[in-house]
Amino acid sequence: MRPLTEEETRVMFEKIAKYIGENLQLLVDRPDGTYCFRLHNDRVYYVSEKILKLAANISGDKLVSLGTCFGKFTKTHKFRLHITALDYLAPYAKYKVWIKPGAEQSFLYGNHVLKSGLGRITENTCQYQGVVVYSMADVPL
Amino acid sequence: MSPGGAMEGQSVEELLAKAERDEAEKLQRITVHKELELEFDLGNLLASDRNPPTGLRRAGPTPEAELQALARDNTQLLINQLWQLPTERVEEALVARLPEPTTRLPREKPVPRPRPLTRWQQFARLKGIRPKKKTNLVWDEVSGQWRRRWGYQRARDDTKEWLIEVPGGADPLEDQFAKRIQAKKERVAKNELNRLRNLARAHKMQLPSAAGMHPTGHQSKEELGRAMQVAKVSTASVGRFQERLPKEKAPRGSGKKRKFQPLFGDFAAEKKSQLELLRVMKSKKPQLDVTRATNKQMREEDQEEAAKRRKMSQKGKRKGGRQGPGGKRKGVPPSRGGKRKAGLGGKMNSGPLPYGGKRKGGQHQGGKRRK
Repeated sequence: MRPLTEEETRVMFEKIAKYIGENLQLLVDRPDGTYCFRLHNDRVYYVSEKILKLAANISGDKLVSLGTCFGKFTKTHKFRLHITALDYLAPYAKYKVWIKPGAEQSFLYGNHVLKSGLGRITENTCQYQGVVVYSMADVPL
Repeated sequence: MSPGGAMEGQSVEELLAKAERDEAEKLQRITVHKELELEFDLGNLLASDRNPPTGLRRAGPTPEAELQALARDNTQLLINQLWQLPTERVEEALVARLPEPTTRLPREKPVPRPRPLTRWQQFARLKGIRPKKKTNLVWDEVSGQWRRRWGYQRARDDTKEWLIEVPGGADPLEDQFAKRIQAKKERVAKNELNRLRNLARAHKMQLPSAAGMHPTGHQSKEELGRAMQVAKVSTASVGRFQERLPKEKAPRGSGKKRKFQPLFGDFAAEKKSQLELLRVMKSKKPQLDVTRATNKQMREEDQEEAAKRRKMSQKGKRKGGRQGPGGKRKGVPPSRGGKRKAGLGGKMNSGPLPYGGKRKGGQHQGGKRRK
């Protein structure tokens, strides 16, 4: 387990910023506690200082996970964001897409969202913008 | 008439008086009265005034005017002295030739500390060997002239002999000349090594030691392995093109070990550096949007033009002339190239990838289509 290097932090921030933009600094600098990113077995975990201190007592090969896994670094050092980061990205998302109840199940099983299944979308969303998908009941998917 | 005449006479007298007064003033300006003469060191443009500063003491809290007067007087005296020096003409300018400076200036840098003795000096000191005074030139019989004892064109240079007798027990096919040259090279290399060793000792630097590397006959497997690795890396290309034995494996872990931040480092510092990184990333955002927009625009225009060209070429084939599209092609590239370059330049200038590094793919495609 170790902190991220400059290069790794930059790559990760670039990826996350595609979804939440400058709200990322609210993740880094939180008023309710010190949270930090730690790398363990190529996976990035977002963990509070308290939990980190507890996790340090476990040996590296026996430690499975700590805090919340945001994603992992692939063998070629690209960052892949995981669904487990959703709870932290959803409140800060800049561009949102709401899908109709009918298309919801289809999306959850991995299919693309068709135009007919699109309920609402924030205005000024550019092409290839990172978005967070919500159901009509404002549940982040 | 008479008043005018009187006035004229008066004015002439006045003029003369005025001239006299001017002369006196000038002289007064140049001559300065000092109780003690100043000491001049014209080589350093230095004038030392040993007169007691009574005028300054009398001046009170603000001696500005007195100081200025004193400075003017002393400078005047110095300039007077300079004017008395012998002059010469250098490129249409009159230049005074300054004498040698007499004041000795203090050291600029600190005194060099004593260097540690070289190995030979230590040995000589121990044995009590004193350096014998030798002449620089030696009579050389062969060339019949005085030659240096050592150095360029020295008296007895055995590598320069044109005839060498094969010594009694030597192989008749051996090249004696090459042997002498080789021996000389080895001596030079040894000398250089010793010089560097002395230097390293003087600067107390760590020498790459060849402690366990000499073959002794009874070395352990690890020692042999280490010696082999060092030998492999001690080439001009630092071991890059050395062949390996058929079943030898590549050495693993011989690179530098990476160093990471400690797990519990300073959280505040970590946060600060991350926020700084975010700030930098944010500031670069708008620039990329502009390039994206321009590239997008250019791509669209390209597509339009390609479609138009296709239409024109069909028409041109029918008419038998391809001037139209050719002309059009020539007319358009300069501005496009400029725009593209500006776009690329803009992209290049944004150092580490800003938001949205994926744009690179789009740009390349545009470039290919251009050709």
